[in-house]
Amino acid sequence: MAYIRKVFTGFILVLPLIFSSLIFSETSDYNMPIGVTEVSESIFGLHMLIFWICVVIGVIVFSIMFWSLWKYRKSKGAVAADFDDNFWLEIGWTVAATLVLVWMAVPSTQVMVEAYDDAEGEINILITGHQWKWHYEYLEDEVGFFSNLSTSQEQIDGEVPKGEFYLREVDEPLVIPTNTRVRFLITGNDVIHSWWVPDFAVKQDAIPGFINTAWTNVPEPGIFRGACTELCGIKHAFMPVVVRAVEREEFDAFIAEKVALAEEERMLTSKVWTKDELMARGESFYATNCAACHQANGQGIPPVFPSLVGSQITMFDSNKHIEILMEGVQGSAMAAFGESYSEVDIASVITYTRQAWSNGEKGDGVIVTPQDIVAYKNRIDL
Amino acid sequence: MSTVVESHDHGHHGPAKGLSRWLFTTNHKDIGTLYLWFSFIMLFIGGAMAMVIRAELFQPGLQIVQPEFFNQMTTNHGLIMVFGVIMPAFVGLANWMLPMQIGAPDMALPRLNNLSFWLLPMAFGILISTLFMPEGGPNFGWTFYAPLSTTYAPSTVNFFIFSVHIMGVSSILGSINIITTIFNMRAPGMTLMKMPLFVWSWLITAYLLIAVMPVLAGVVTMMLMDINFGTSFFNAAGGGDPVLFQHVFWFFGHPEVYIMILPAFGIVSHIIETFSRKPIFGYSSMVYAMASIAILSFVVWAHHMFTVGMPLAGELFFMYSTMLIAIPTGVKVFNWVATMFRGSITFETPMLFSIAFVALFTIGGFSGLMLAIVPADFQYHDTYFVVAHFHYVLVPGALFGIIAAAYYWLPKWTGNMYDETLGKLHFWLTFISVNVTFFPMHFVGLAGMPRRYPDYALQFADFNALISVGAFMFGITQLLFLFIVIKTIRSGKQAKPEVWEGAGDLGLEWTLSSPPPYHSFTVQPQVK
Ligand code: HEM
Ligand SMILES: [Cu+2]
Repeated sequence: MAYIRKVFTGFILVLPLIFSSLIFSETSDYNMPIGVTEVSESIFGLHMLIFWICVVIGVIVFSIMFWSLWKYRKSKGAVAADFDDNFWLEIGWTVAATLVLVWMAVPSTQVMVEAYDDAEGEINILITGHQWKWHYEYLEDEVGFFSNLSTSQEQIDGEVPKGEFYLREVDEPLVIPTNTRVRFLITGNDVIHSWWVPDFAVKQDAIPGFINTAWTNVPEPGIFRGACTELCGIKHAFMPVVVRAVEREEFDAFIAEKVALAEEERMLTSKVWTKDELMARGESFYATNCAACHQANGQGIPPVFPSLVGSQITMFDSNKHIEILMEGVQGSAMAAFGESYSEVDIASVITYTRQAWSNGEKGDGVIVTPQDIVAYKNRIDL
Repeated sequence: MSTVVESHDHGHHGPAKGLSRWLFTTNHKDIGTLYLWFSFIMLFIGGAMAMVIRAELFQPGLQIVQPEFFNQMTTNHGLIMVFGVIMPAFVGLANWMLPMQIGAPDMALPRLNNLSFWLLPMAFGILISTLFMPEGGPNFGWTFYAPLSTTYAPSTVNFFIFSVHIMGVSSILGSINIITTIFNMRAPGMTLMKMPLFVWSWLITAYLLIAVMPVLAGVVTMMLMDINFGTSFFNAAGGGDPVLFQHVFWFFGHPEVYIMILPAFGIVSHIIETFSRKPIFGYSSMVYAMASIAILSFVVWAHHMFTVGMPLAGELFFMYSTMLIAIPTGVKVFNWVATMFRGSITFETPMLFSIAFVALFTIGGFSGLMLAIVPADFQYHDTYFVVAHFHYVLVPGALFGIIAAAYYWLPKWTGNMYDETLGKLHFWLTFISVNVTFFPMHFVGLAGMPRRYPDYALQFADFNALISVGAFMFGITQLLFLFIVIKTIRSGKQAKPEVWEGAGDLGLEWTLSSPPPYHSFTVQPQVK
């Protein structure tokens, strides 16, 4: 009996240790990632420290408890003692608990001060959360782009096999240089989102009307995947974050290319566009930016997302149509696209929706050109 | 004149017949029963929603429901479990037990009592009906952060707001009743420091409720104004502040989480002393611990908001204050263990649930402590790690407390013993499935799965399947609980007045017959 008891207590003591060391070992996929930055490593160390302190306290408390339950079970003839208080014991464990907390608080404060640093970065990037995609803008070079989920709807619906980076891939990742202090200025366009990259230990809420800051300094090139972590509506799970860290030269080349592209875009605005060119561009813009809500067939999901097929606006009121795209619709998920996209994009998608799904045959089929959008903007500015 | 009075015999009131007994009742036991059944029904409704969630998350990809509906499920699951299950169950227990524990015939304000209950089915009727409206029900999470819940909400949010208001009125009225009863109707000799711990826990809880329910009412009213009357409390475009919403909400929300656990502390203390056959260790430190938890709970709210972008001093303040709460919480755990130490312990179902409470609630306390560490919270926040934390404190915490109370007092209420074998079976199935469900959530959270996701990356698939299996098992097991409760009400071995060996000395409720008379104590007992 004594032997069994020893084995049993030993088992209870060791089990959580074995279990947790398996799962919490540094290489485990099911522990917090150590990450790649100094801050993420400090945070990981802190996490493990607190975790082990909790394990030790837990083992002590639970062993006393299970041992008491075993030893003082009535079926074995235990008779209850009748003490019900002990002043010094109460004081003792209160003080002990306080000391343990101080032991935890000191390194936590140090890591917090390390992680919290508001200084300017060498590179400053404005990150804007949109329903449901991220916009990145390099403030020094005044270029920016949207980053959309690139996993196909067929994969999500299970019609084709899921790829390796299912829901963790985007059409255009954020690119940052290595060994450079990069500061993120984070804000929201519509609702609150939250920008998280576990490997940098950066998680900051993207709140409309606020600009939060966070920073990182990545030593090695690599691709780092994260997510939106504040419930932001229907596609909350479908707006991942992907960051590509590259050597400085590659980064500079990337920026140079972006600047050139932006220049080209500006040229496009003054060009004379044919209907077919607008249609082609509008169709692909629609697929990436509009179909999520209004659906590929334009039918929407009424009443939340109205149908664009055969509506008064898409068939007969091109001015209203422009206004909606430029300003959005207050109190709905329809964003003000005009703030974030070029005149060419806006004009082409309007032209596309006025032609597609037989809107063209039944409605006036007006073609809206980038120059119309420029004219609209000038009018509003007055 | 005097003949008229005599013809109206007050001494032998019994329950009225039929439906009107329940509609018009002012009796604390009937109202307690109504609350408990209400909560039980809500448990199955909220539970069914959890099953939808887990079915969808069983595999990566969207199979069963679309994200739209998924968000409505998570939101309503949370709202129903918090406001429709845990809180009403505790109020039901308070109704049944407070008068019996303090030696009173009934609650102090019986008509108010009837009103507080009947407001609840209306509130939840309104809330649940929104799910059947064309735009669907609330879909912005049980924490309903603005502007997702204002500018971007479906128009049914107005019903949600109305329903929250009604729930708040019900809670406030209930709390006024409880405070009044405790202060005015205790048996002679029962000083404050002689009150049973369940009474203490409810006294403190009732004050918390009165303090924070108006704050909740305030925040939903501000939403109502933003949505319908053109104000901009939370609308940045109009000069408002979305973060203000979170401050106000969590100023309600954090005390609210203690509202959901303090009564369980009281219950578990009674059960552990009963089955250890030894008085609770450190009674007064238990009372002080609950009081300090309640006070501290007002200065920790922003630990839910570490990532909104607070100044460094703010982050540190809320980290320290949150860590402080671990002290009184730890003291309570130590006291429970010390009560078992050198007792004479038996393992009836209520005791099993209470032991599991102590162990698993403590695990929830540990993860709470980890979450309090701000820099680490940057990694944990809004992942399944948080989901694991609060389910550990709410399911094997609050809910186990309620289930333990049901087993502990059911023989007193009905006069019938429950079936111990079935009770133990219920315990073990519940204990295993609760851990299979919630323990792996720690790992998926650490590995990086955010909460409130209807679909997830492939590396989380194995654990999610396991979690879903645990959840289905947990759900099915609770049908067994329903069966046991009904069986006990209808039949079972006759229970003695003291029910549990030696319980006669532990509290006034055990001096009454089982089942107790309709008006508990018509003559006040004397407490020494
Ligand atoms: C030692 C005691 C506790 C500590 C230190 C603690 C700490 C925390 C912290 C820091 C968070 C925020 C985590 C995050 O969102 O990143 C949190 C969340 C939460 N806690 Fe606790 N907690 C404790 C006990 C409890 C208890 C007793 C309950 C309820 C019975 C509870 C219920 C919750 C809930 C419901 C949430 C999540 C709310 C949400 O975002 O939906 N906690 N806790
Ligand atoms: Cu809290």
